[in-house]
Amino acid sequence: MKSMDNRPDPDELLKHVQAEEPVRGRLKIFLGYAAGVGKTYAMLEAAHQRRKQGVEVVVGYVETHGRLETEAFLSGLEILPRRQVDYHGVHLPELDVDAVLDRRPALVLVDELAHTNTPGSRHPKRYLDVEEILDAGIDVYTTLNIQHLESLNDAVAQVTGVVVRETVPDRVLDEASEIEVIDLPPDELLARLKEGRVYIPEQAKRAIQKFFRKGNLSALREMSLRRAAERVDDQMRAYMRTRAIPGPWPAGERLLVCISPSPLAEKLVRTTRRLADGLNAEWIAVYVEVASKPELNPANRERIGKTLQLAEELGARTRTLTGRSIPEAVLAYARKHNVTKIVIGKPVRPRWREWIGGSLVDQLIYASGDIDVYVISAQVEPKQPAVPEEWRPHRPLGRYLLGIGLVALATLLGMFIRGNLEPANLVMLYLASTVIAAIFLGRGPSLLVSVLGVLTFDFFLIPPYMTMAVNDTQYLVTFSGLFVVSLVVSTLTARVREQAEAAIQREAHTSALYTLGRDLTSATNLQQVTEIIISHISQVFGREVAIFLPENGQLRVFASTPDYHPDTNELGVAAWAFDHGQPAGLGTDTLPAASLRCQPLKTAGGLIGVLGIRPKEPGRLLTPEQRQTFDSFAHQAALAVERASLAEQARQAELLQATEKLQTSLLNSISHDLRTPLVSITGALSSLREKTLMLDQEARDSLIETADEEAGRLNRLVGNLLNMTRIEAGAIHLKMEPCDIQDAVGAALDQMGDRLAKRQVKVSLPPDLSMVTLDIALFEQVLVNLLDNAVKYSPPDTEIGIDVTQTLRTVQIAISDCGIGIPAEDLERVFDKFYRVQRPESVSGTGLGLAICKGIVEAHGGTVWAANRSGGGTVITISLPKEVAS
Amino acid sequence: MTKVGLRVLVVDDEVAIKRFLRVALNGEGFIVLEAGTGQEALLALTLERPDLVLLDLGLPDMDGVEVARRLREWSQVPVIILSVREQETDKIAALDAGADDYLTKPFGVGELLARIRTVLRRQASGSSEPVFTLGDLKVDLANRLVTADGRDVQLTPTEYDLLRALVIQAGKVLTNHQLLRLVWGEGYDDLHILRVNISNLRHKIEPDPSRPTYIHTESGVGYRLKL
Repeated sequence: MKSMDNRPDPDELLKHVQAEEPVRGRLKIFLGYAAGVGKTYAMLEAAHQRRKQGVEVVVGYVETHGRLETEAFLSGLEILPRRQVDYHGVHLPELDVDAVLDRRPALVLVDELAHTNTPGSRHPKRYLDVEEILDAGIDVYTTLNIQHLESLNDAVAQVTGVVVRETVPDRVLDEASEIEVIDLPPDELLARLKEGRVYIPEQAKRAIQKFFRKGNLSALREMSLRRAAERVDDQMRAYMRTRAIPGPWPAGERLLVCISPSPLAEKLVRTTRRLADGLNAEWIAVYVEVASKPELNPANRERIGKTLQLAEELGARTRTLTGRSIPEAVLAYARKHNVTKIVIGKPVRPRWREWIGGSLVDQLIYASGDIDVYVISAQVEPKQPAVPEEWRPHRPLGRYLLGIGLVALATLLGMFIRGNLEPANLVMLYLASTVIAAIFLGRGPSLLVSVLGVLTFDFFLIPPYMTMAVNDTQYLVTFSGLFVVSLVVSTLTARVREQAEAAIQREAHTSALYTLGRDLTSATNLQQVTEIIISHISQVFGREVAIFLPENGQLRVFASTPDYHPDTNELGVAAWAFDHGQPAGLGTDTLPAASLRCQPLKTAGGLIGVLGIRPKEPGRLLTPEQRQTFDSFAHQAALAVERASLAEQARQAELLQATEKLQTSLLNSISHDLRTPLVSITGALSSLREKTLMLDQEARDSLIETADEEAGRLNRLVGNLLNMTRIEAGAIHLKMEPCDIQDAVGAALDQMGDRLAKRQVKVSLPPDLSMVTLDIALFEQVLVNLLDNAVKYSPPDTEIGIDVTQTLRTVQIAISDCGIGIPAEDLERVFDKFYRVQRPESVSGTGLGLAICKGIVEAHGGTVWAANRSGGGTVITISLPKEVAS
Repeated sequence: MTKVGLRVLVVDDEVAIKRFLRVALNGEGFIVLEAGTGQEALLALTLERPDLVLLDLGLPDMDGVEVARRLREWSQVPVIILSVREQETDKIAALDAGADDYLTKPFGVGELLARIRTVLRRQASGSSEPVFTLGDLKVDLANRLVTADGRDVQLTPTEYDLLRALVIQAGKVLTNHQLLRLVWGEGYDDLHILRVNISNLRHKIEPDPSRPTYIHTESGVGYRLKL
């Protein structure tokens, strides 16, 4: 029995595993085909069941619409308070995501997945709220009507005549762990509607009633059942695939859809998605930028961006291609990427333009080879017509005036020579003006020049002068010739110029990236790296830029353009982007009301910070190309910042290591130097005490002498250490008094005593040496230390010199020896604390003597330095001011 | 045992230390040879063939551990380390390099002389004597018999090997690493198993295992059979 008891409870184990590894929460969608089928009711029923099983269930947001049976069902469940969002003075209740995340239940109920949040909420859509909750590992039950599904949007509009604005991307449904279809025969639903058991908002009563027709309901019901069946089918296929069960798989179909600024593009995208789903194929949405066409106006550009984004949401890969013509670019891309089917919209432009320009569809089909081409027709009227591309003159007025000037010039010249030349030759003047205008001024001015040219030519240069009458019809040919030439030349020139401009822009992006990369490689620290990133990005995008890096667990602005000052709101956006590793703020799905767009800086090593840009004109979005360039910038920036911070860490670690090494060697040195005299003293004393040793008087004297000398050495050492500590602590107090240098030298020599015994010390003093104000005791210590060094570092029988000289303001004392000298590179470092010159022969010392000398001399306002004597040996020179500035 | 005429090589760079060692060792009857650097020491070892080496670790030209390692390549002369370094890692390094004992500076001359005597005695006796006796402990190496306090002690083969290793080099500190290698073989690095066996051994042979008289612990370094 006991062993049974000891067995781990599987539930416990499971809980343990789940606690250790935060997994994404499971999403269950209660899918219905219309309001009133009983989704919320079913959801609550399921919730109660789970609660009975002991699952912690919390109501995040459930709308009962005052229905009693539903309301009764709410009792017994914990209901989280809703967040009141203020919108134009009205308080609107919304799901409080933070409350859910704080509460952390096992399961949360959130009604109406397709709901659009009040502006100012964290996410624009409720399904994004739900995704955040799922990411936090909380299970969610939610409800959804089929007409809110993105890919069915058009179909629903077609069937019911009602355009649904609130949509949910298909991936939400695809990624849901479970789908429960709430089905109710349409007749029953209509009956419930009649009984008033279906909630309908007052203001939409009529529209909704139009919607609730049996035909509509049946169609919607079929759609929802079919969608659910598709999913089951997918799961079955996935299952068969994982079990390697052979089946009739479509062999690697890949679809490509071409989009344009036309509003039909969205429909194209949705159709392709359905097609791709049916074929179980992956798909790509492309937009082709034709180099010879003028640039898109901002509205169309925006629409392209939105369509591409929609495609991404529906699961496509998106690309912007560049090429000389659309079919060429599309087919090149399609062949390269093994695309099997191309989807394209049926052209809507008038027939005559196809005669002139050739049909895109025809060209595509003609050149497509083995790739299938699907042409999708436009049944619905475009809701918003494509904004026509406007003519784009550059500083127009000036150019036109210049054009007029050209005509005037040609006319003046013509009038000057008109008697001498045939009018047919005079027309060359205008031809030249037209060509010049076409090349340099653009199409508009050149057309103006051609028209004006023909008129003035007629008026001034063709007899009869000063009339518009044309005698000779042959000049009509001249007129039309002039006109055609100007048209052709200006069109060609304009095309060349636009191609060049497009190339220049792409080139600018490439080279911007290149220069960023190049400049970043030369940066050595984090500060430089961030400065380079900011200056480049603000240059390329012309916006405020900031880099946020985490510091002590909190995101802070590490560097930014000078005018940028973040508000707490923007910091919040950056923090969200950092926490979730997804872009946030302006132009994204999260907090789009913010003025800042935040891009997380991601590397293989994880998230390292956030890059934020703010448009100079508020609310202006990035174009798709700009977004792509911005993404690449962010990627480069992330790598560079990571590299810099790693380098910084390495430097820190190295520094720390060096410091540790220094400390260890310091400790070793001090312990060695303090212990060594102690070793001799202890050894000598214990020898004397050892009774068994046979020591004669001479040996005893020698031991006592050793102990005595070493005790003196230890004392000096301790004295030095104490002095050093005092100097370091600033606790040195000078007792300044007038003092004779000769006295000080004498006292120091006296103190050296036996250590100098065998040395010859040569002292030279100027006869008229004046008194110097100093602390005699400390100064004596300086001299003793220097003499001690001179003795230690020179051979025993050599001379030591003390030379005192004076100038008007200073006295200099030089102490020299004939020893081995100091290596040139160590001349300054010898005054550092604990620094000792490496000697072949070990000389005891702490490396403190000179440091103490320096401290004392500097306290007197003097200086001390070391030099090597020309004949070998060292000179240490002290320079002291005669008068100490108080 | 006569010490007269035995030659001791003192390797140290401190003049004062060499001076008092010379006086003390002379008083004990040793002939003292001196070296100030590692190179000098290795030279003196080849030329003079001393009977004992007192080696400082902090030499100006090379580390004492390196000197010990090099001389062990061809000589079995006993080496006692004298050093101010008191970290266990330094001791282990020196002992693993082949030193026989380790004395931390400053030390009393009495202690030094005792260590010298131990080392020399072991050198003189070698491992030729089949029966080792220390106090109440008797180890018959020929017949694998151990008696403590007059009664027979039953040891496991591992415990016996451990005791034997300590007995053969009685008085010398054996590092944990050396013991593991001697008893369990190369590549064995489990300190825990060594601790357990030492503890078992002590319970069997020591009168009071918590205050061992025979097997002495050198904290962080190893064990020594105390003579």
